[in-house]
Amino acid sequence: MIAFKPTRRVALGLVAAAAATFTIQQPAVAQGIDLAGKTVDWIIPFSESGGSAKWANFYAPLLSEALPGKPTVVVKFMPGAGSTKGANFFQDKKYKDGTTIFGSSGSTQFPYLLGDPRVKYEYGDWNVVLASGTGGVAYLPPDLAKKFNGSANGLKDVDFIYGSQGATRLDLVPLLAWEMLGMKVEPVFGIKGRGDGRLMFERGEANIDYQTSSSYLKGVTPLVKEGKAVPMMSWGALDGDGNIVRDPTFPDMATFKEVCEATDGCETSGEKWEAWKAFFVAGFPAQKMVFLANGAPAEAIATYTAAFEAVKARADFADISKKRLGIYPQMTGNEAKGALESGTNVAPEAKAFVTNWLSERYGVTLKK
Amino acid sequence: MDLIATALPALGEAFSLILQPQQIMFLVLGVLLGLSVGVFPGLGGIAGLSLVLPFVFGMEPVSGLALMVGLVAVIPTSDTFASVLMGIPGSSASQATVLDGFPMAKNGEAARALSAAFISSLFGGLFGAAILTFFILIARPIVLAFGLPEMLMITILGLSMVAILAGRLPLKGVAAAGLGLMVGAIGEADAGGSLRMSTYDIPYLTDGLKLVIVGLGIFAIPEIVALLRQDRSIAKNATLGAGWMAGIRDWWANIWLSIRCSVIGVIVGVIPGLGGSVVDWIAYGHTVQSTKDRTGFGKGDIRGVIGPESSNNAKEGGGLVPTLMFGIPGSGSMAVFIGGVALLGIDVGPQLITNNLDITYTIVWSLALANVVGAGLCILLSGGIAKLTTIRFTLLAPFLFMMISFAAFQSRQSLGDLAALFAVGLIGILLRRFDWSRPAFLIGFVLSTQAENFSFQAYQVAASKFRRGADAGLEYIFSEIVLVLLVVTIISIVIGIRQAKVIMPEGETPIGKKRAPLIFLIAITAYFLVSFFNAQAITIQTDRIFPMTISFVSVICCFALLIQMMRADEGSSIFADREASGEDAEAPHGLWPTLAWFAGLLVLASLLGFILALAIFIVAFLRIRAGLGWPKTLILSALGIAFMLGMATVLNRDFPPGLLQSLVELPWPFR
Repeated sequence: MIAFKPTRRVALGLVAAAAATFTIQQPAVAQGIDLAGKTVDWIIPFSESGGSAKWANFYAPLLSEALPGKPTVVVKFMPGAGSTKGANFFQDKKYKDGTTIFGSSGSTQFPYLLGDPRVKYEYGDWNVVLASGTGGVAYLPPDLAKKFNGSANGLKDVDFIYGSQGATRLDLVPLLAWEMLGMKVEPVFGIKGRGDGRLMFERGEANIDYQTSSSYLKGVTPLVKEGKAVPMMSWGALDGDGNIVRDPTFPDMATFKEVCEATDGCETSGEKWEAWKAFFVAGFPAQKMVFLANGAPAEAIATYTAAFEAVKARADFADISKKRLGIYPQMTGNEAKGALESGTNVAPEAKAFVTNWLSERYGVTLKK
Repeated sequence: MDLIATALPALGEAFSLILQPQQIMFLVLGVLLGLSVGVFPGLGGIAGLSLVLPFVFGMEPVSGLALMVGLVAVIPTSDTFASVLMGIPGSSASQATVLDGFPMAKNGEAARALSAAFISSLFGGLFGAAILTFFILIARPIVLAFGLPEMLMITILGLSMVAILAGRLPLKGVAAAGLGLMVGAIGEADAGGSLRMSTYDIPYLTDGLKLVIVGLGIFAIPEIVALLRQDRSIAKNATLGAGWMAGIRDWWANIWLSIRCSVIGVIVGVIPGLGGSVVDWIAYGHTVQSTKDRTGFGKGDIRGVIGPESSNNAKEGGGLVPTLMFGIPGSGSMAVFIGGVALLGIDVGPQLITNNLDITYTIVWSLALANVVGAGLCILLSGGIAKLTTIRFTLLAPFLFMMISFAAFQSRQSLGDLAALFAVGLIGILLRRFDWSRPAFLIGFVLSTQAENFSFQAYQVAASKFRRGADAGLEYIFSEIVLVLLVVTIISIVIGIRQAKVIMPEGETPIGKKRAPLIFLIAITAYFLVSFFNAQAITIQTDRIFPMTISFVSVICCFALLIQMMRADEGSSIFADREASGEDAEAPHGLWPTLAWFAGLLVLASLLGFILALAIFIVAFLRIRAGLGWPKTLILSALGIAFMLGMATVLNRDFPPGLLQSLVELPWPFR
């Protein structure tokens, strides 16, 4: 278990520090905002069936209880263009009274990192108040799983179909991983959420799929029990030194790194591996974040930070979050800022490699 | 019988769970909320559920379920009021009800149409719940049998209903549907995100238009404006004919039709990804095709109400199958429902049916009970509410403009909503004037995204299966279900084309001079041409094929129509024009002055914000256009605005802000 558990005192200290810094610039007294009688719209730029929906639905009622004045927290789904649409919408929302918050995901970070022309949002304008890590698991139908024995050598002749939200999204990590293993995976683009991908898998139209941890726990574990799906590998998790280790939520599952080492032609070093790892780090350990809009005052940030701290401090939090989100760090304050930092920056070489790969493999042109 | 052995004890358990005074109370509360929200066009299950979600967390599971299911279940029941009384499609599930329900209201038979609709809804709802009880245990393989080619075929079947609703000239119907498809394709493409007929400089357009706006614009505004020009009541002679008992007798006389349409509703509802958008059209098409005497359709045939209404409530039952079984919502309200259920500590998905069959059945039977209570209440109310159709329409109109503007604003909460509503309304008025099938346009719009995504994805999967071998590919594309649907589609197109001349979804249209219809056709052709070249300029292959194909086919249709127009003599039905003669032309008020009132409201709203604009608009309208005295004017205006404020407070909604609001901080209702 590597979940952070910073004490509440540290967090409050941070909040107080943040508030104090701000008071110098602005004479208003930072007491936090009161949201009594208001409705907080939590915008999720995905459809209702994916991992972000489960994550937001998990947090929304807890957040509602923890915020001062116990406002109603409503999760609003705004899917489109693989989350670019919702994020662009949020970018246009200037901070008003703290009743609009935004939940981003790795699929929002990637187009930003890659300079996708549709991106009109700027992470630097937003104010992070929570960052949640997660993992991901790739899985196969039982008949194909028989050809998989810890190495992907037996899967190189199979024609795989995969329901994808778009190559510039989080799907980049599985697509690149499978290609490194020498597998022929053809993505079918344009699905609205990973839940639809799972349904394609269940219908037999897709014969490989991956889900982020929370969706996997809820949607795929029953299939595994019924013998209709077999986990292939997890993407792993990061240890304190930045090494990829087994995912604590799925300790019995081999990581992609292990599978790669066992598979002929797959290297865990070199520019391809470094690029994969860079995008994995950007996409998973700091995957889902909650933001306040551009121009949010320190008291609003402090209020939300304290609320998420209070949620984490609940006696039953470890138990309920383990069941629904998996065992991953839930970060606030400076930790969340650090997570945002690592999630929205990749090495230029990794970016160049991936940009080039996307254009050669999928014909996606991105502005440099 | 394993099935019955599993189902019966759980059913008994579910009954004892739900038949408690407390649960029934929550159920009725949910039903009342659902009915009130559903009456508003544009506000549906999502708005209603968002109202109760905050109270659901921490509730006892069965009570919470009863509350939420009660609310969701009756929305397709109460949205019928708007469809029948005002010709406004209350939600995507009651689009087809407008076609015959509204003409019935105009004939003074609103109570009959309403009660027939409600009893059909009730029957459909109960039928759906009954089928669901057993079906849910065996449905999994059936749901999984509907892959992308099957969903594409159902979408095409929905589109094939254009044939029967095309009106006198099939080519015009096809072009109208093409226009709908192209309007549906405006904005960022789903697959690659390329922009179509929009730019980032107008962010409103990049998101595409919402059904609320298009439904209100295409159906409601033209009807409201047309009625307003007449200065009389909705029911032509301000009298009510047959009462609500007649509607119930009508339903009983057509019980088999009701059963068949309920079956259609359950089947279409079960397939995830289709939602409610096609089911009422397919049911309407079936109703028309299976009837011998088809001349009355579009002019107020009661069967045109019974068919779609039976199917749309049955669909809710069917829609619970994918929702409960796969955790994949069939509609926006089902999605919020899943969120609410999660708050109660229940996870939807296969494990729910396997491990908690009693909870599952609680949901199913709450649905059934809610239908009984909801439809029962509506039937009792229908006689009274139908009296609205006898009031002088000029007195209703400002409040209708108020309601549709507010409803449209809920789409994106921006002033763009109001501008879009007006623009689409203008298109609707012109389509109506020149007898271009508005139902065909709406079908095209509603199915646009689905048609594009399913065909593209099915093509990709099929291509990969063909690479594996021709057998695998053919087996994938031509499954038994696809073949059956293909046959049904072909039959429906053949019957449709044969019968389209008889069925006038919009009634008779007078014929006018050559010039105006020709100019409109040229404008439409120009739009198709522009969209074609706009699509051609897109670099991502997957985003351009669909708009290019559709606009190409539509341009061909338009050219064929142009040639026909050049050859035809004046007086041919190709030159349909409502302004030439007949009811519209002889109306006491002109089209443009009437429309200008609505435009005035929108312009004022963009300057002063919605509430201030509304106050000025209603007072001015009642005083000048309706010619009321000051006391009546002020009382009615105050009531209208108080109602609007009340709604907004309860639903926690904002009003459209204007220029004034960006300059000065104002307190709440004026904000």
